[in-house]
Amino acid sequence: MLLAIDMALVIEKLVLIVIVVMASLVIAMYTTFAERKVAAVLQDRRGPNRAGPFGILQPLADGLKLFFKEEIIPNFSSKALFILGPSLAMLTAIMTGAVIPWGDKVHFFDRDISLQIADVNMGILYVFAVVSMGVYGIMIGGWASNNKYSLMGALRAASQIISYELAMGISLIALLMVTGTLSLKEMVVAQQQGLWNIAYQPLGFLIFLICAFAECNRTPFDLAEAENELVGGYHVEYSSMKLGFYLFAEYVNMFISSVVMATLFFGGYDIPFLNEANYDQNWMALFGVLMLMAKVVGFIFLFMWVRWTIPRFRYDQLMNLGWKVLIPLALFNMLLTGALVLLKHNGWHF
Amino acid sequence: MNALTNRAKPVDRRKMNFMERIYLVAIFKGMMITFSHIFKKKPTINYPEKTRPFSPVFRGLHILNRDEEGRENCTACGLCAVACPAEAITMEAAERQPGEEDLYREEKYAARYEINMLRCIFCGLCEEACPKDAIYLSETFAPSDYQRKQFIYKKEDLLIPHPLKQPEEYKKALGNKVKREKAN
Repeated sequence: MLLAIDMALVIEKLVLIVIVVMASLVIAMYTTFAERKVAAVLQDRRGPNRAGPFGILQPLADGLKLFFKEEIIPNFSSKALFILGPSLAMLTAIMTGAVIPWGDKVHFFDRDISLQIADVNMGILYVFAVVSMGVYGIMIGGWASNNKYSLMGALRAASQIISYELAMGISLIALLMVTGTLSLKEMVVAQQQGLWNIAYQPLGFLIFLICAFAECNRTPFDLAEAENELVGGYHVEYSSMKLGFYLFAEYVNMFISSVVMATLFFGGYDIPFLNEANYDQNWMALFGVLMLMAKVVGFIFLFMWVRWTIPRFRYDQLMNLGWKVLIPLALFNMLLTGALVLLKHNGWHF
Repeated sequence: MNALTNRAKPVDRRKMNFMERIYLVAIFKGMMITFSHIFKKKPTINYPEKTRPFSPVFRGLHILNRDEEGRENCTACGLCAVACPAEAITMEAAERQPGEEDLYREEKYAARYEINMLRCIFCGLCEEACPKDAIYLSETFAPSDYQRKQFIYKKEDLLIPHPLKQPEEYKKALGNKVKREKAN
């Protein structure tokens, strides 16, 4: 039968989806806490340490506070869009997790269960499509607020993301030339057998990293919410959990882009200097997931570290960097990679 | 024009070279600076759990003293009020009645004694003026309240706990004061 539905598969995927969504939310929650702690430590302060031991309940308290705040929808806003904005931001932030290979296969109940919700053969394109949609959340929210500051913030976010997505995409093309696949799973497998992609694409990684900062609206590219010019940027009019969604989506985005960078350039769940095939499959899958998380934590720390080091760009500097530096650089990188791949294909050895 | 100090440096207006223009080196240096702050000592004191050590001459809130038998020292002479530069102290005197000998040390006592803590500048001149060792500034500080009128401390707020009836509270209120005076 063609349409026979494998119930076990459905359950397996459902469980996986729930785990992935919950995990990204919890990790994003604790990223806010980590952000405050890292900021504090980098500035010789102590950071939140009152709620629970070492302040680990702080994100719960923050979330609870946002829930108890009054929900304000301005009279002059377009109400449906006003609500759609943060929902979309959150939705797109979480959706990306579907194609990420979180780990290798595990073996339970006589089944090989892949720790990836969907191994789509164009996984990375899916990630790009969804991430680009994330800007709609900001744009719709900023526009629906009917507030000059919000609109300015939304405009900035939109033009910034469009500018940096180009360079990001081009740097990715160079990577795809090396890997020869769009599937994230296959990329990881290739990196497990050979070198990590960072070895082939250092320049590409640098461009990708800078663009990832811009895509996540993180400092030094956080012009969309530049407090000293735009009050709060696109979320001036938002309050309560709708504001919480925007803030939260930023952290989920940060988490997801860290995962993507770890997967594309740093071998995903690959444990370096270890042949996974020699050990028990389930344990290796677990350690693989932990390894991926360790890489992600490293990236998230980098995000925060940069935030508390580098001041915000001026808007013209941002556009100059995007269009006049990163895009030509990415094009150069693409041409160089293309030429090298072609030469190698024709039997050159180097 | 002469510079005020010899620390002034002329602005370097040379064109940036390539390494400087790509900024990555500068960014890396900057990030190393912030990273080094992870290992620096944090100056914050976890306040309610830990307090900063005070100098022995710290001047906090006032306390009206009692002698060893728990009798009030104050005779309402008014010298503290006169000495007070902020005019924060007011008092009313009364005569000790027969039978009140265990309450007041001398024949005259303060029936009403008020310090306006919002006016007080904690200079300690009242302590210096007092001939009876009746008022001194303790180590307690940071008073807080919801209403301004609560900051006018009455005699009940100021008086030290009875040394015989409430010995523990008395010791607590006394703080390190005794040690200090004996050391002097």
